Amino acid sequence: MASAATAYFLPRDLHPAAWWVWALGLAAAASRTTNPWLLLVIFGVACHVVVSRRPDAPWALAFRLYLYLGLTIIVVRLVFRVLLAGGQGQTVLLSLPSVPLPEWAAGVSLLGDVTAEAMLSGLYDGMRLATMVICLGAANALANPKRLLKSMPSALYEVGTAVVVAISVFPQLAESFLRVRRARALRGGPKQGRMKALRAIVIPVLEDALDRSLQLAASMDSRGYGRAGRDSARTRLLTGSLMVVGLIGVCVGVYATLDGTTPRVLAGPVLAAGAVVALIGFGVAGRRVQRTRYRPDRWRPAEVLVALSGIGVAVVLFTTSSFDPLDVNPSLSPLTWPPVAVVPLLGILVGVLPSFFTPPPRAPHAGQVQPFEQARLPVGEGA
Amino acid sequence: MIRLDRMSFTYDGATRPTLRDVDLTIDEGELVLVAGRTGAGKSTLLNAFNGLVPHFTGGHLDGSVSVQGVTTQEKPPREFSHLVGVVGQDPLAGFVTDTVEEELAYGMEQLGVEPQVMRRRVEETLDLLGIADLRDRALRTLSGGQQQRVAIGSVLTMHPAVLVLDEPTSALDPTAAEDVLATLARLVHDLGTTVVLAEHRMERVIPFADRMLWVPGDGRVVDGTPAQVLAQLPAAPPIIELGRLLGWDPLPLSVRDARRAATSVRAELDASDSAVPRRDPGEGKVLLEARGVVVRYGQHVAVREVDLALHAGSVTALMGRNGSGKSSLLWALQGAGRRQAGTVLAGGVETAQVSRADARRAVGLVPQTASDLLYLESVDQECGAADDESGAEPGTCRTLLDRMAPGIDGTQHPRDLSEGQKLALVLAVQLTAAPPVMLLDEPTRGLDYGAKSAFVEIVQALAADGHTVAIATHDVEFVARVADRVIVMAEGEFVSDGPAVDVLGGSPAFAPQTAKVLGPRWLTVEQVREAVAPR
Repeated sequence: MASAATAYFLPRDLHPAAWWVWALGLAAAASRTTNPWLLLVIFGVACHVVVSRRPDAPWALAFRLYLYLGLTIIVVRLVFRVLLAGGQGQTVLLSLPSVPLPEWAAGVSLLGDVTAEAMLSGLYDGMRLATMVICLGAANALANPKRLLKSMPSALYEVGTAVVVAISVFPQLAESFLRVRRARALRGGPKQGRMKALRAIVIPVLEDALDRSLQLAASMDSRGYGRAGRDSARTRLLTGSLMVVGLIGVCVGVYATLDGTTPRVLAGPVLAAGAVVALIGFGVAGRRVQRTRYRPDRWRPAEVLVALSGIGVAVVLFTTSSFDPLDVNPSLSPLTWPPVAVVPLLGILVGVLPSFFTPPPRAPHAGQVQPFEQARLPVGEGA
Repeated sequence: MIRLDRMSFTYDGATRPTLRDVDLTIDEGELVLVAGRTGAGKSTLLNAFNGLVPHFTGGHLDGSVSVQGVTTQEKPPREFSHLVGVVGQDPLAGFVTDTVEEELAYGMEQLGVEPQVMRRRVEETLDLLGIADLRDRALRTLSGGQQQRVAIGSVLTMHPAVLVLDEPTSALDPTAAEDVLATLARLVHDLGTTVVLAEHRMERVIPFADRMLWVPGDGRVVDGTPAQVLAQLPAAPPIIELGRLLGWDPLPLSVRDARRAATSVRAELDASDSAVPRRDPGEGKVLLEARGVVVRYGQHVAVREVDLALHAGSVTALMGRNGSGKSSLLWALQGAGRRQAGTVLAGGVETAQVSRADARRAVGLVPQTASDLLYLESVDQECGAADDESGAEPGTCRTLLDRMAPGIDGTQHPRDLSEGQKLALVLAVQLTAAPPVMLLDEPTRGLDYGAKSAFVEIVQALAADGHTVAIATHDVEFVARVADRVIVMAEGEFVSDGPAVDVLGGSPAFAPQTAKVLGPRWLTVEQVREAVAPR
């Protein structure tokens, strides 16, 4: 028993899709509530898991940016409430002079009375959006986005490669832009017009980028990219239509699920049907591919736990919101303290399980230190 | 294994074929060295082996190229990926994934190799190339030599029958090039891998090459043992030149061979006192004076309180490993780069405090990627723009260019020029502003022997005109031929500074081949030629 636990907790990186399912579960749950207590708990759960399970990698550091983004969202919401939503509600906190806008913007006036109701509804709305964004940030921090692309079904492999290549172009462009701009200063700097100066930088940068793409294409070709079986035109048409239809179904289903006002027929059934059609499409397209994967991420019990904990949170919030809407969406008139609802609260706490019951991420490799050869003397041409 | 049967190839729009009626067979376990000037058709020949020529480049191919019985007409390059592994000049440009391990596995994934086999081959290759400690690293963060070794590994994992490398070290500094060539030597010696290699640092490869191909540029391919082919090459490594000059037969292919052959000559030369005395680099007028120059990037100090005076008529070489502060110093002297402390006076102005146009009139700088300075569609337009920018007489730039590299067609696009011509054009553009001080950052990268000799003459002419030239470079043989004064930098400081003979001759790291064979007083073949001329 103990040895099974040791094996289970061996450090490894979990399947990126598991983290995405978990994070989307949390985000979907957040979308269903404006209760600040619940939102704070979701936020806390996401942060706790990120802190305890994020790998030591560059993409994981971006989580802080998502936190700032969340904060900005809340602040912007509140500022707009002050600027635009003047006059709603009774509890006036601050009286500002109202500035009526000209005719063409009829009905809108700037400033005016700042009420507690308006501010609170702005705050709750902002918190909801911010929490959702932070949940996605958590997924980004916990799972390497490029590995997620790699674990796409083999039918989408080509697209995935294209996206990875496209992403890696940007740092290169930035690099050659800086280099060329620096070099331009050596020719005396911008003496000509702005357009000409811009052209003097853009042309060498684009030439550089084009050169690199050609070299990359030659390299990919000579390393066998695209040699795995070609489908006939008919199979391609079949798989293409299956996938498009399936994805449309999934989109409609997801929208209907998240928006409580659409007919229920469009939610569950359409989502399920769309997923099935898309999966068949992937299956048909992937069947002919003779390509293998190097060290694919595997779906093991820990991944199941992570995914289920995220889905669990979403399920609890979706069911309670239909039983007791006031717990999840507190009323603003009359103005009351938002209730602390026990069931949804406990439900959200399920989402923190991955912090304790998943294997920790792999330690950064010893090879991160500077390579030793940088410290050697250069040896001459004919040494 | 690879057979070329009366193969001819003509690029689209070219008037004559790049390669004509080439018959060639490459057998298992050979190391074949391909030599020739840049643009002579080396790359065309190498890329024909897996069908990139003509499938990728376009053009017309006659005759046939076949690899293990399959001709490149029948199938596209990707169907040869398990037979021919191709490694290019710029490793970074060819990477598809972003970590070392994934890059090694990429080709095998395309071939559909079993996962367990893939795992094993990746581990083996990591060890074979000595990059196991880099396995998780992002490819962009590796040094040039490490990147090139990963690139070699990424084709080796496919277990190709032939490894084709097109100037794998031309974009690398000497240390990195050493790493890559040592790795290749190991593959050839220990594993018997069949390797076809185009390489301009021939001297490193010649000792273990079984065969040599020379692509002279007229469509022929000359085939023979290294000694046979080297005897015909117009521009060769110093050691070969020395062997030819002194009439050694057979030609020595390594420093070891040459030292043994040179015993009598060495005694004779030691007795003569005609080692050409060089100009004293400190006798001309001071054209640039720098005091207490400091360049730092955050916590990293690139240049640490450096004082430097450059004298008219002298050529100064800045040497030192990558990251020792050479480039930072040059950019700081010009005033375009950052400088946190110190003064630089040139032509009576402080270079950082005048406008860029005025700084350019005092100090010219040619950056490492010289073509960054070019952005127009033709050589004439570039020259016109240069005259305009520096307020010079129209035609100044073109005259300078013609003096340095005569016969360049003015309507040509700068991209179509050879590396040497491009360098001459950029130099002409910078000289149009008539700066007395000229700084060059790694100018000889990618130049073949012929272009390098031409460039030596250009630099010597500049110095003779009363300019002062400072060159940051790793190229020892080039420094031996061109520099009066050598400064070695380490960690942002000058560790040695003196006449070239003193700094280069006695150093195991910086000694040119001639010095290794004949002793520290003899830096170049030309010196020896002058000394033995009366005989």
